[in-house]
Amino acid sequence: MPAPEPPPTLQFTGTLSFAGTDALWAAVSAAAAKVGAGQRLDLDMTKVDEVDGGSMALLVALRADLHRRGAQSEFLGAGERVLQVISLYSGDVKPGPLPERRPIGLFDQVGRATLTLFDDFREVFGFVGDALVAMAGVLRHPRSVNWKDLWPTMEKTGADAVPIVVLINFLIGLVMGFQGAVQLQQFGANIYVADLVGLSITRELGPLMTAIIVAGRSGAAFAAEIGTMKVSEEIDALKTMGFGPMRFLVVPRTLAQMLVLPALTLIGDAVGLLGGLTVGLVSLDLTVTGYVQETIKTVDLWDIFSGVIKSVLFALVISLVACQQGLATTGGAEGVGRRTTSAVVSILFGLILVDACFTVFFHWVAS
Amino acid sequence: MSALITVTDLSIGWGAVRLLEHATFEVNRGDVFVIVGTSGSGKSTLLRCLIGLEHPQAGTITIEGVTASRLGVGPPGFGVMFQSGALLGSMTVGENLALQLTEWTKLPPEAVSAIVRAKLRLVGLEDAEDKLPAELSGGMKKRAAIARAMVLEPQLLFLDEPSAGLDPISAFEFDELITSLNRTLGLTVVMVSHELESIFAVASHCIMLDRESRSIIANGPPLTLRESSADPRVSAFFHRRSLPLEVTP
Repeated sequence: MPAPEPPPTLQFTGTLSFAGTDALWAAVSAAAAKVGAGQRLDLDMTKVDEVDGGSMALLVALRADLHRRGAQSEFLGAGERVLQVISLYSGDVKPGPLPERRPIGLFDQVGRATLTLFDDFREVFGFVGDALVAMAGVLRHPRSVNWKDLWPTMEKTGADAVPIVVLINFLIGLVMGFQGAVQLQQFGANIYVADLVGLSITRELGPLMTAIIVAGRSGAAFAAEIGTMKVSEEIDALKTMGFGPMRFLVVPRTLAQMLVLPALTLIGDAVGLLGGLTVGLVSLDLTVTGYVQETIKTVDLWDIFSGVIKSVLFALVISLVACQQGLATTGGAEGVGRRTTSAVVSILFGLILVDACFTVFFHWVAS
Repeated sequence: MSALITVTDLSIGWGAVRLLEHATFEVNRGDVFVIVGTSGSGKSTLLRCLIGLEHPQAGTITIEGVTASRLGVGPPGFGVMFQSGALLGSMTVGENLALQLTEWTKLPPEAVSAIVRAKLRLVGLEDAEDKLPAELSGGMKKRAAIARAMVLEPQLLFLDEPSAGLDPISAFEFDELITSLNRTLGLTVVMVSHELESIFAVASHCIMLDRESRSIIANGPPLTLRESSADPRVSAFFHRRSLPLEVTP
């Protein structure tokens, strides 16, 4: 009577190290793939001298997979040192089922997103309300505000932003001038470039572009700074020392922003007009006097003033959204990054929305 | 001894998640009171409720007979040291300490400087006054934070894991500092910790929170709990060993 055939085994030799796990995994996976339910594939460790954690993790995973498919698999002939590693990676206990991961259904996802959106709205409105109350409180108790932060914040968000505001607005004026010149030259109406640039810069592009620049610089900085303070418990520390973050952090930043953004907008308007003038002089053969006179004739004080009014509201949007996002930060460095991105996107949306509302409002007032 | 803090029927958690239910305990004046428990048992959340950073779901906390509420604007009646120190990163160590003095007292600048220097000397950081927190080691940040917590001379200090992450020598020095502040100045200290050596070195009383039963499962001096607690969870914690699998609470 022939002897029964021994069950198939995978025999390992020498040292199983992490450096060779790719080849090891390919080989054992191929062998395991041929094993069906009710069959057996043992792992012979008799000739193994050393095994490290990475290799053992794969072998234990392979054994568990075979068990789950209804096959049998055990470690055989392991020496004392190898046995210790097998035990460390639970290769000597019965493998349990894999944890079930249920995909989140579409309705669940929509529901959760909707609830999050409502929570966000509630949070934002609550924050804006608190901020406005705190700002009103400044009038009654001026000493309660952290005034020491006001000047440095004005310097950082205002003075330091002047070069980039000048550059961008000059280029915007230049581009507006060139685009206008191409069209207006066809009708011999070169001088109207001054009207086009003057009105579009003072009413719309000057305030908006300046606010966008400030949003990218200061809005992101506020959100990141306050967010980092939040995750490193500095906000909690401030609260336990009796300093509310609203009056200590939010109000000084908001006031600083409301003071510097109108000034930056006026600078932006001036250099934007200068950009248009440059086009007029270089490519349209206009004179400085002619261009300036046409600009003065077209642009009245209200055009400039309406832009300045908008910039105050823009400042409010930038600082409140940035501070709210910063204070809502959770979850360490990743959370700070997420909230900073969210702050900039929300601010840009807010700026465009406020600008659109103002445009409609001014149009309605004018008519 | 009279109770400085009284916690009655306290439940804490978030939404439907309850971390601790119906907890009742007292902190006596002059105690070094340690809140211990396994990870996730609600130690830090309980501390945050005690200092007013979180609102309990139910129950009351009174400090010196006054019901504790959420923190408002104004000088607090206690000092807090957070686990990471939580010094304000944009200010020097000296400015961090001077902040409350300039805001909540009418002391002239030279008096503020004198107090700041004295507090820093007390914690062994007299040379760090002009340094930014980023220039300090973890242990130095904690020392500066405890100096800041004491700057308005509170009679009650809350410390969140004061010796966590410190090397053995720094941890020992920190324990010595806490003991010295407690004995010399009579400060009442409430701290969260799971560093057994520190607990045995400084604590006069401790409570142990349990995640499974969401309750306080031990209340007493730490050495007594270690030697005579019949509860296997308490015994396992204080003897630093794993819980026997067959044990059911």
